[in-house]
Amino acid sequence: MNPTPKSLRAAIGSALGVHAPADLATAGITPAGPRPTASNAPILTVRGVSKRYDADPDSPLVLDHVDMTVDRREIVALLGRSGSGKSTLLRIIAGLLSATSGQVSVAGKPVSGPANDVAMVFQSFALFPWLTVLENVQVGLEARGVPPAEMRRRALAAIDLIGLDGFENAYPRELSGGMRQRVGFARALVLDPGILLLDEPFSALDVLTAETVRTDFLDLWADGHLAIGAVLLVTHNIEEAVQMCDRILVMSSNPGRVAAEIEVTLPHPRVRTDPAFRQLVDHIYGLMTRRRKAAPGIAETLAAGLSLQLPHVSTNVLAGLMELVDAAPHNGVADLPVIASALQMPTDDLLKVAETLQMLGFAEVVEGDIRLMPPARQFAQAELDVRKRLFADHLLQRIPLAGHIRRVLQERPNHRAPRPRFETELEDHMSETAADETLKAMISWARYAEVFAYDGDTAQFHLDAEEEA
Amino acid sequence: MTMHVLHGGRDGLSSPLARLAPSRWDVVALPLVLGLLALLVFGGHEVAQPLSQLERTPITLDPWTLPYYALRTTLRMMAALGASLLFTLIYAPLAVKSQRAGQILIPALDILQSVPVLTYLSFTVTFFLGLFPGQVVGAELASIFAIFTSQAWNMTFSFYQSLRTVPSDLEEVCTGYHLSTWQRFWRLEVPFAVPGLVWNMMMSMSGGWFFVVAAEAVTVGSTTITLPGVGAYLALAIEQRDLGAIGWVILTMLGVIILYDQLLFRPLVAWADRFRADTVQAEERPTSWVLTMVERSTLFRTLGRPAGGAARATLRWRLPALPKLPTPRFSPRAIRMGDFVWQGALALMALYVAAHGIQFMATGVTWGDVGHVVLLGLATMVRVVVLIALAAVIWVPIGVMVGMRPRLAAVVQPLAQFLAAFPSNLFFPVAVAVIVHWTLNPDIWLSPLMILGTQWYILFNVVAGAQAYPVDLRDVIANLRLRGWKKWRDALLPGVFPHLVTGAITASGGAWNASIVAEAVSWGDTHLQARGLGAYIAQMTTEADFPRLVLGNVVMVCFVVLFNRLVWRPLYGYAERRLRVS
Repeated sequence: MNPTPKSLRAAIGSALGVHAPADLATAGITPAGPRPTASNAPILTVRGVSKRYDADPDSPLVLDHVDMTVDRREIVALLGRSGSGKSTLLRIIAGLLSATSGQVSVAGKPVSGPANDVAMVFQSFALFPWLTVLENVQVGLEARGVPPAEMRRRALAAIDLIGLDGFENAYPRELSGGMRQRVGFARALVLDPGILLLDEPFSALDVLTAETVRTDFLDLWADGHLAIGAVLLVTHNIEEAVQMCDRILVMSSNPGRVAAEIEVTLPHPRVRTDPAFRQLVDHIYGLMTRRRKAAPGIAETLAAGLSLQLPHVSTNVLAGLMELVDAAPHNGVADLPVIASALQMPTDDLLKVAETLQMLGFAEVVEGDIRLMPPARQFAQAELDVRKRLFADHLLQRIPLAGHIRRVLQERPNHRAPRPRFETELEDHMSETAADETLKAMISWARYAEVFAYDGDTAQFHLDAEEEA
Repeated sequence: MTMHVLHGGRDGLSSPLARLAPSRWDVVALPLVLGLLALLVFGGHEVAQPLSQLERTPITLDPWTLPYYALRTTLRMMAALGASLLFTLIYAPLAVKSQRAGQILIPALDILQSVPVLTYLSFTVTFFLGLFPGQVVGAELASIFAIFTSQAWNMTFSFYQSLRTVPSDLEEVCTGYHLSTWQRFWRLEVPFAVPGLVWNMMMSMSGGWFFVVAAEAVTVGSTTITLPGVGAYLALAIEQRDLGAIGWVILTMLGVIILYDQLLFRPLVAWADRFRADTVQAEERPTSWVLTMVERSTLFRTLGRPAGGAARATLRWRLPALPKLPTPRFSPRAIRMGDFVWQGALALMALYVAAHGIQFMATGVTWGDVGHVVLLGLATMVRVVVLIALAAVIWVPIGVMVGMRPRLAAVVQPLAQFLAAFPSNLFFPVAVAVIVHWTLNPDIWLSPLMILGTQWYILFNVVAGAQAYPVDLRDVIANLRLRGWKKWRDALLPGVFPHLVTGAITASGGAWNASIVAEAVSWGDTHLQARGLGAYIAQMTTEADFPRLVLGNVVMVCFVVLFNRLVWRPLYGYAERRLRVS
């Protein structure tokens, strides 16, 4: 399952000709010298961690036997798409969730419940709106029973360090997103955690702000101002992972596994336009699209039958991508990273759209490229009614659920069927939320293709009036 | 008020000398604080008198006694509000933290709030009098308890709702950063609930004024309590047919409610604004001169500092950690079994209580009574439905028109809020005089009294709904030149419908509760009665016919609960699902 990390590492390493990974770490507060032997034991060890969807032993796996370590003075990324369980893994490490099986240890101590040596920064910032910046930063210290005077001193120092000086008495709602996330960082850093967990900390920020906060953090880290042992970053942004991390663990989805491990040895500061940087990003794109199993070919789609989960992607977006790839300069084949950066679209969202097209038989996604099939090129240039017919054909051929619902409606004398009838059927194969999303996708696609209709008031599917006649 | 001091120390970065210099706000603060303290001491002293004192100084209609009566009434309200808050802070967390406790506590709350307020009084008055024999305190407690029952339930529901919707990322922060349960309660759960809680306290207070008037002069069989207060004054004025005295009492209440609003609720609302969980900067934030004074005057800051420090110190309490017991992992099957046993036990308990209740009723109730009371319930229900519909027909067009004119809305909104708080029973004698004078049919003409006080919630909510009506939709109405009925049916009514339902639910709950006071009204020795469940309960209360009183209440609870389940909840769900303009 894990064939290439070493050869890949070697390949990238030699191609880029870069230094040993520990170079940036040695500037820190740990004793000088690459990877000091005293702290050679990893700060974080994850052994055979699995997690099921719920307590039911038959429920689907979210994480499947994950093994990983983080060494001291290392920044490691967990890179994956939604459904890869990366956030779940982070919460297990933080002690917020418990694993179904396997073990996590931080600084040599097994984790059961929130660990002392861990602090987390949240995607949504998660600040208390009713507390000032200073009080927010003090929350963790207060919980640890630090005396007031020391608490205040340490919090002010952290606020100072993170560039929030002068904002001590501001309330979060008075701050911009970037400033709020700095508070989130200060709140975690003030605890001097052995490992800092970052849960997509920049993804709620606009591009420019994210870049500033990110580089400011990296500067503090590189200059050794941070008394933290290591950093574990969860992200779906490939460029962010390459820019920040010493090592990237690529997670595959459904269930989540560590699919590849990539060592990044580019020197800091890393420049996104650097050809070596781009090459590495392209490589990882290829890895993430190659290793995906959830975008099956036609044989697998049909075999999956009703257990096929449908992503709720609007037909407008599907048409938009087909038109874009069809037009010059792509002329039917395009590099996904190129499109993603041109559209300023998160990797995850773009891949989801591309794979939906593949599912519907409109495109092939291979190694980070998308290639339109002839019907898709026809679709891109056609009028609305031709588009609808094409889409209907593909829907009925490729998506078993579409054909199934239509058959049921045709068989029934009144050509009507209630939504719960299909809902319960789907729930035999997937979780309630997945069934709900699948039906929502089905309804919106079927409405566009006019293969059957749905009445939200009565929650009933029915054949179109014209077809009944 | 604990909450305030918890967060009062945010000015801690200024120099200590600057903190001690008096500010111009102290000119107002000092007399205000001293005056309030004096009133509190005086009022408290009066409560500690023996019961015979009440008989020696009977209620008089001298208008100059009214300020004193108002003080006593106000203190009662404060005490009840404090008790309600305490009850809320304990009951709701219990219901949330333990799923099994919640299974009984939440339905119980639903029932408790459907029981008419005055019934609590009639059932508990002898108990409270017995608790402090010969002391005014016992009677005071009985009336405070009655007011408590008009305030506590919706506050508890609000806190319960808040606790269940605490943002999960903030919960993760609390867990991840090792906050203890105590710290989590004061740092996250209570602050998150404050805006809803303050709003519901205001609503409770509005309801409370209505019942305090009724709860100060009550006769249950041979026991009569008359506590010095605005309500007792009113009762005497009614008995002596003194319209002038009624005018004075209305004037007094006007003053009291304005003072309460200015001194307590405005500051509370302005203060609660900082606890709103959204992180967007609002354009217009509520302000209050009292809050500004509290925050800026040296007096309050000096007084507040030790209290704030003490409150923060309690936040640092750490109990010695309990030894970690291995939590046994029950299989889903075992958990289901546990639920089954627990629910079975609850059902048995309910059956036991029901059997006792029925046995008790059987001592003085016939099947004929049951049929009669259900019919009376139907009569009252018809009144409630017709009145709500009428109120909606009147107030929806007015509310929409007001809400679309921001300046007018700024005037009407506080006015409607004030009218909702004003105890409408002060006006009942006037209504009786009118009905007697024109010899009108009490079955019809007493009915509007039920909704006199609560109709304002409909106006209030519709105005809020119209204010929230999206500007772009208003532009569409103008652009498509929608007019007349079509404009109302297609555009305006669906837009304000969710708000209308919210207002109507409050109004209807209030109307059921008010029916006991409104269906049986007196003016001197003239007694008017409408045929209805409210009048029945009122009559059984004065006659101390407990089996029939229980019957009346059981039927009323059934009506209210069924009405909520079968009418309001589906309507509310429909409005939320389909018509919410986001």
